[in-house]
Amino acid sequence: MNLYDQFRHFADSYGLVALLVLFLGLCLWVFRPGAKQQNREVARSILKDEEIEGRGDDQ
Amino acid sequence: MQAEAALGRVGLWFGVLIISLILAATARDTGFAAHATIIAIVAFVLMWMSAARFDPMKKAQGFFRMPEGLSRYDDDPVRWGVLATMFWAIVGLLAGVFIASQLAFPQLNFQPYFNFGRVRPLHTSAVIFAFGGNILIASSFYVVQRTCRAQLAFPSLARFVFWGYQLFIVLAASGYLFGVTQSREYAEPEWYVDLWLTIVWVAYLIVFVGTLARRTEPHIYVANWFYLSFIITIAMLHIINNLAVPVALNGSLSFSAFAGVQDALTQWWYGHNAVAFFLTVPFLAMMYYFVPKQAERPVYSYRLSIIHFWSLIFLYIWAGPHHLHYTALPDWAQTLGMVFSVILWMPSWGGMINGLMTLNGAWDKVRADPIIRMMVMALAFYGMATFEGPMLSIKAVNSLSHYTDWTIGHVHSGALGWNGLISFAAVYFLVPRLWGRERMYSLRMINWHFWLATLGIVFYAASMWVAGITQGLMWREYGLDGYLVNSFAETVAALHELYIIRAVGGVMYLSGALIMGYNVWMTIAGKLREEAPMGAMPDYDPDKDRPIVRPATPEPAE
Repeated sequence: MNLYDQFRHFADSYGLVALLVLFLGLCLWVFRPGAKQQNREVARSILKDEEIEGRGDDQ
Repeated sequence: MQAEAALGRVGLWFGVLIISLILAATARDTGFAAHATIIAIVAFVLMWMSAARFDPMKKAQGFFRMPEGLSRYDDDPVRWGVLATMFWAIVGLLAGVFIASQLAFPQLNFQPYFNFGRVRPLHTSAVIFAFGGNILIASSFYVVQRTCRAQLAFPSLARFVFWGYQLFIVLAASGYLFGVTQSREYAEPEWYVDLWLTIVWVAYLIVFVGTLARRTEPHIYVANWFYLSFIITIAMLHIINNLAVPVALNGSLSFSAFAGVQDALTQWWYGHNAVAFFLTVPFLAMMYYFVPKQAERPVYSYRLSIIHFWSLIFLYIWAGPHHLHYTALPDWAQTLGMVFSVILWMPSWGGMINGLMTLNGAWDKVRADPIIRMMVMALAFYGMATFEGPMLSIKAVNSLSHYTDWTIGHVHSGALGWNGLISFAAVYFLVPRLWGRERMYSLRMINWHFWLATLGIVFYAASMWVAGITQGLMWREYGLDGYLVNSFAETVAALHELYIIRAVGGVMYLSGALIMGYNVWMTIAGKLREEAPMGAMPDYDPDKDRPIVRPATPEPAE
């Protein structure tokens, strides 16, 4: 097998499965226990006061 | 010490000036000579500025407004970026109206510098890279500082990113008019401009990652994930797509490292991912920050935003082959591109729903706040474009739509509707905050802008749908004798009125942007327009707000 075929074989087998598992793992990671509270806090984090000191810019 | 530093800088710029002049004098083509002259002028200005400084650091802080201390956000590059966004938006849209008019009235092709072939890449690059790129750099610098609660890292490098990117735009735009092009879609600049952009882009990555590393918030907010993936992926796409060998170091001509169908696939792998990672992912970053901020509510589902992110990352990169249906590209690759494009529909709509549902419980803001209205329309167009895209990528549909104006209509409902409106909304959000104003000069002008833009897109997209399907059907029409019924010129003539309608739509969109330019200008000037508030209740009359008392004895009927 030449280099192209070796790459192609890897991409069609282990590479494909590895990417799929990685993708599903990353998507499922947000459903882990305890993530809900963290997600809620992070979503709200941008709505706190903005400036490092003084001058808030929200009316 | 300071004088020595100043002298060293003068020497450096003098060296650049001399090299540029030599290159300009010995250049193999006029385009390259023009570019060397531009660099020589920039070097001369910088040399003069360096020489005029007695105290180099102080002057640098004066002109480039370097931040003092870490207790304030470093917003000057963001301010310049917003102004550059406004300027390039009007330039790019004007170029678009001009080439749309050229298609309707070919007499407007002024040879050779302003013919369609040269102005068209000027238009695409001006709107995508100059208008889009500037709002992306500016908004990313704004958002990363706020969400990390840290000042921008490497202030001098951040300034280099802004000015270096403007130089890239000027070199690209002037090159097109001089005929310097490597003829790759959305990557027309030649090898030396590509090298320059690579340097600027690496500096951008360093500034962005440096700021993330400085963060005081424990979690990196999802908008930054989108921005970071945009910066990294664009670097990868840009470098691989532009691998080329220049003919000579003093000429603009180069040849691609790839040939044949490999070259075509490289170009559309780049081209479609420019749509994905330049025109979608970072604009979603803007959506995930500015929509919650303007609505004053957290994003509908943070969990969905993360799934949205990973789905786009894993799926988008495979969709490019749908640009090469029915070509020499192997069938399996075409089908792969089609399948991934169709799958992409789901995360795209997940993201759209996430943005729209952020307004759940606050839909009244759509009536009262024209900026929210603009964001909602942007998301609606994101949804429409990400439905139309997968549909067009299906081979059977593509056999009708490919190479026709339907594609142009699709691109513009995405670009004008989604990218344009979300960028305008971000600018309307940013300008009062960056210049410390109470609000925009006029909310009613934002409303005018909203309606002009929306109607302009409707004219544009509707005329291009009709034009595209007309074209597609005329091209494939065979007579009983087995010959094509229509000549190409006949199909062009059939579209004349539709091209005029398209140009009218473009003029409406441009006039909205001009109103915006005036509004931004007056806001920065510190003015507030006296006007009736939007979405207010009609005048309340307590005397009318009461039940009607009937007479005690009913009157007899006549």
